Amino acid sequence: MRAFSYVSAPDVATAVRAVSETPNAKFLGGGTNLVDLMRENIEHPDVLVDVSRLPLNGVEELPDGGLRIGATVRNSALAAHPLVRTRYPVVSQAVLNGASAQLRNMATVGGNLLQRTRCLYFYDTASPCNKREPGSGCAALGGFTRDAGILGVSERCVATHPSDLCVALVALGAVVEVESTRGTRRIPLTDLHRLPADTPQRETVLERDELITAVELPPVPAAANSRYRKVRDRASYAFALVSVAAALRLDGDTITEARLALGGIAPKPWRANEAEHVLTGARATEETFDRAAAAELDRAQAVGDNAFKIELTRRTIVATLRELTHEGSRP
Amino acid sequence: MAELRVRVNGADHLLDIPPQVSLLDALREHLGLTGTKKGCDQGACGACTVLADGERINACLALAVQYADREITTIEGIDHPIQEAFVRHDGFQCGYCTSGQICSAIGMLAEHKDGMPSAVTGEPSAEGEELTDEEIRERMSGNLCRCGAYHGIVEAIGEVAR
Amino acid sequence: MTRTVDGEHLVGQPIDRIDGPAKTTGGARFSAEHAYPGLTHAALVPATVSRGRITAIDTAAAAAVPGVITVLTHGNAPKLNPPKRPTPANLSTLVSGTQVNYLNTDEVHWDGQPVAVVVAETSHAAREAAALVHVSYERLPAVVDFAAEEPNAVAQKGNPVMPGSAKKGDADAALAVAPVTVDARYTTPQHHHNALEPHATTAVWQGDELTVHDSTQSITWLRKHLALRFGVPEAKVRVLAPFVGGGFGGKGFAWPGTIIAVLAARATGRPVRLLLTREDVHRAVGARTPSAQRVALGADTGGRLTALVHTSVTRTSRVGGQPEQVTAPAQHLYDATNIRTAQSQTTLDWMPNTSMRAPGDAIGSFALESAIDELAGELGIDPVELRMRNEPERNPIDGKRFSHRMLREAYALGARRFGWENRSPEPRSTRDGRWLVGMGVATAYHPAMQFTANVTVRLAADGTVTVRCGFQEMGMGNATVQAQIAADALGVPFEAVRVEYGDSALPASVMAGGSMQTSTVAGSVLAACGKLTRRLSTLARRTGMQGRTPTEILTAARVPFIDAAVGSDTRLGALAGQARMLAKVVRDQRTWAKAACGAHFCEVRVDADTGEVRVSRWTAAFDVGRVINRKTAFSQLRGGIVMGIGMALFEEALVDRRTGRIMNPSLSGYHVPVHADVPPIDIACLDEPDPTMPLGILGVGEVGITGVAAAIANAIHHATGSRIRDLPITPDKLVT
Repeated sequence: MRAFSYVSAPDVATAVRAVSETPNAKFLGGGTNLVDLMRENIEHPDVLVDVSRLPLNGVEELPDGGLRIGATVRNSALAAHPLVRTRYPVVSQAVLNGASAQLRNMATVGGNLLQRTRCLYFYDTASPCNKREPGSGCAALGGFTRDAGILGVSERCVATHPSDLCVALVALGAVVEVESTRGTRRIPLTDLHRLPADTPQRETVLERDELITAVELPPVPAAANSRYRKVRDRASYAFALVSVAAALRLDGDTITEARLALGGIAPKPWRANEAEHVLTGARATEETFDRAAAAELDRAQAVGDNAFKIELTRRTIVATLRELTHEGSRP
Repeated sequence: MAELRVRVNGADHLLDIPPQVSLLDALREHLGLTGTKKGCDQGACGACTVLADGERINACLALAVQYADREITTIEGIDHPIQEAFVRHDGFQCGYCTSGQICSAIGMLAEHKDGMPSAVTGEPSAEGEELTDEEIRERMSGNLCRCGAYHGIVEAIGEVAR
Repeated sequence: MTRTVDGEHLVGQPIDRIDGPAKTTGGARFSAEHAYPGLTHAALVPATVSRGRITAIDTAAAAAVPGVITVLTHGNAPKLNPPKRPTPANLSTLVSGTQVNYLNTDEVHWDGQPVAVVVAETSHAAREAAALVHVSYERLPAVVDFAAEEPNAVAQKGNPVMPGSAKKGDADAALAVAPVTVDARYTTPQHHHNALEPHATTAVWQGDELTVHDSTQSITWLRKHLALRFGVPEAKVRVLAPFVGGGFGGKGFAWPGTIIAVLAARATGRPVRLLLTREDVHRAVGARTPSAQRVALGADTGGRLTALVHTSVTRTSRVGGQPEQVTAPAQHLYDATNIRTAQSQTTLDWMPNTSMRAPGDAIGSFALESAIDELAGELGIDPVELRMRNEPERNPIDGKRFSHRMLREAYALGARRFGWENRSPEPRSTRDGRWLVGMGVATAYHPAMQFTANVTVRLAADGTVTVRCGFQEMGMGNATVQAQIAADALGVPFEAVRVEYGDSALPASVMAGGSMQTSTVAGSVLAACGKLTRRLSTLARRTGMQGRTPTEILTAARVPFIDAAVGSDTRLGALAGQARMLAKVVRDQRTWAKAACGAHFCEVRVDADTGEVRVSRWTAAFDVGRVINRKTAFSQLRGGIVMGIGMALFEEALVDRRTGRIMNPSLSGYHVPVHADVPPIDIACLDEPDPTMPLGILGVGEVGITGVAAAIANAIHHATGSRIRDLPITPDKLVT
């Protein structure tokens, strides 16, 4: 890890000003990803502005029934929050399926959104990587691509976004509130992360000095019947091969509202709009679920040895929707 | 270099260390508290688990400077029935993950008492969830034991919890 | 057997580990945890090419990092004696992990070979600087793709301890005419030990005296090796390792970190601590070889094996490596009329492979025990029954007598505890919600060996006993077990015995490996205690104190203590001991087939949609000879099973075939089992002593892992109908 200087910010204004005014400064949240990346010589900030102790650690109910989650709320606190558990179980489950209890106690909500990929070649400074060193090439192509994406990837980068929480949040239409010296702006989470295209090094639409201060969840009636399903090699403490966040609202056997997002298969948390379109208004049958999965995966493409992911994603989508149907139709 | 005040096992210490020093290295190399172990230095094994204000964290990914105002408890500051239970149930072999397992277990028991769910916990319930062996295993999964002493660790924690 | 004063046998009791309090309070100090005045910290710089020459090393940026003391490369490091070719005639040569003279050569032999070391006042400065060392290479053509090299494999040589190829009858001809056959290819990837403690060394020179705290499984041999490499008399070198944070074979040999730490201490004149990073552990320590295997079985319709062919290809390196006895189980397990085993090796520009828990047997048993299960399916015979129909009376390959073999009894016991009779024979016939449920079985087998160890035992007039032996403890519980044995042998309470170990200043012992340490040390402890007992009787007769306690006898004789020694550490004594040991090993191998064995029974659940596998139940029944301590022995057996679960389901080093570089050198990339992967593990031991081993001990360290991956693969087949022959069995292999 290169030497750097450290500043603890007492308030948001100071924090954003500090990063704005200092070249190569970065915000530091729980540190569970950034400190690792610095130690691995992938990130080299000169200044860290610690925002983990900013007073943004509340979860508040909004007048419309939604929730406002402060950016420094720890992952574990979010998962345990009674309103999250009852109104948005998918969010709680997504958090609890990620990392370990120790890391969840450290990691912040804001930091979780900005996690960087776990692509093996991104992590290996001896390998070319367009994300780490723009223009150097992508060593994953022709190498190990088991954890590469099947949707939204480019010839320059096939890396996936590793967050579990983001997948649940994007399914629910979360909005991210961002603060900078230029003021506040609100960004739908679906628009926060960028697809790699020719610039995989630019992972989000945020400017360097923009600080995530909160995430807002709108009221989603379907979310009460929601679920996060994570498929991974180990039973716990592993990143997703494929994950599915889903919410279904049923009227009899008709789907009146559907939310679906996918993780582990794309450079960003992947809102499955095509699938939602098929599901909404349709009957909750295995055939519908198959059709929805097929619609979403229509454009999916295998990269090297990850063809299994297309089939695994299809099956996981169907299985998750099936479970929600059984549970949603329970009296 | 900044003078840093850290509070460990009830005692204050002044450290003259740069900000890149992790809490783990501060404990092991600057305070001589080597009971907390370094197994991966990247948050992937749990051997460095300590308690910060009673919450379990990985000291390897914690910059010491970020935890300056927190009350840190390491294995050297712990006196808990679970230690004896680990010995009786043979919840370790080589002993390298043991400090982390014990700190993690203590943090875990407190989390459970506070109603923290896990990935295997069902719907919220008023009575709180029973700490089954399945719950213990999921909640302790952030602590690797390569010797494979999991059987004894789960027995030891279960005995203390119930 | 003698009894303790209060009439209880200690041998067999589940006694708590004597190092338990130290390990549960943070008091146990491992090799990177010793404080010395002026202590410095080192960090390695690994090569990033698989073969080449260093053309330049730019250390300016590294040297400029505040706190850096020096950056050592082949350009400025002190000269070292090169490692010698391994020969059993010189123990110091056997322990070298590779044949490379680190930092004394510009040649790079594998991706990860350390090419520089930074020594600094703090560990963070050392690591920061190491990342700033810039090395230029002339790349040379490298052979790194194991799969592509498989056709070029050459026959592997055998030795008395590790047989190479073997033959009985004409297995290929018998296979050709067998009415029922299975002929399949199995593969296993490179596995890493990944003990939780990264390899660690603290090296201190005082003049030409060297003290090394090292996480080694082999203090005696390491000491000899360091003396040789650094050109100092063995008497000047002391290696200490009372606590080692897991080994599993990965700390059996001297790897670059140890040598370079000692080198750095010599160069700087200051104590040096080097704790490998987890990445270093993957790149600078040998791993288990990958393998490609063929098992072909022929049987008559009654299930009697007429042909058994087991061949293997493994990998070794141009700069060293251990042969593996992958096909050994095929020589011992089944009474086939015709048997052929053949082992071959490829040679790559790779880190030398090394022993990992049950070398050969762990991966060989995966193929053989999977194939037997496949044959049972072909025949429509229950896989336990098929094994019983082919259970031999004598060692199948050569007709040697078994010193002891209770595999039938182990199967009967395991099947009863597990409830094997409830298994429906049809694959994919049991479902529980989203889970397909299957049961699998496989045989565990690991040869037993006894070497020699030097021991002294002192009985003092105050009633205390001190056992001194340079054996190693890395979680096996050996100190506890030897205290039990000595207490029983001398008739004193357990608490009266103190065991000193983990220090090369103590009488020389064997390395911890091959599941032989407990029996080897026990043999010497028993012999020494026998001598003491006889001496005590003489004293008692002389003083008229027959029948009295040791304290009373020694007090009456006015003797503060009596000592007994087995073996000698003088030069002559060591040579004689070595000759005795080799003679005994060879004689034993000629006379007997002796081994620990057992039966694994497991239940797995496979998600019908996603192919996720969870092991839900485990019972294993073992014949490991006499169990000295139920608690520690069962933990060893469980630990083997847990590592086997990892091997079956997740563990795989991802070696990029283009570069020969490991791409997942971390514990987040290389998955070992976590708590949630491991069900309660029911262990049963027959506890019948082997008549040819000290106290009847057959060893427990390795037999546990053998057969585990096969039992799981067999259970997965039973659950799903899919036969997976390539480890690890990850969800992708079950959904396509």
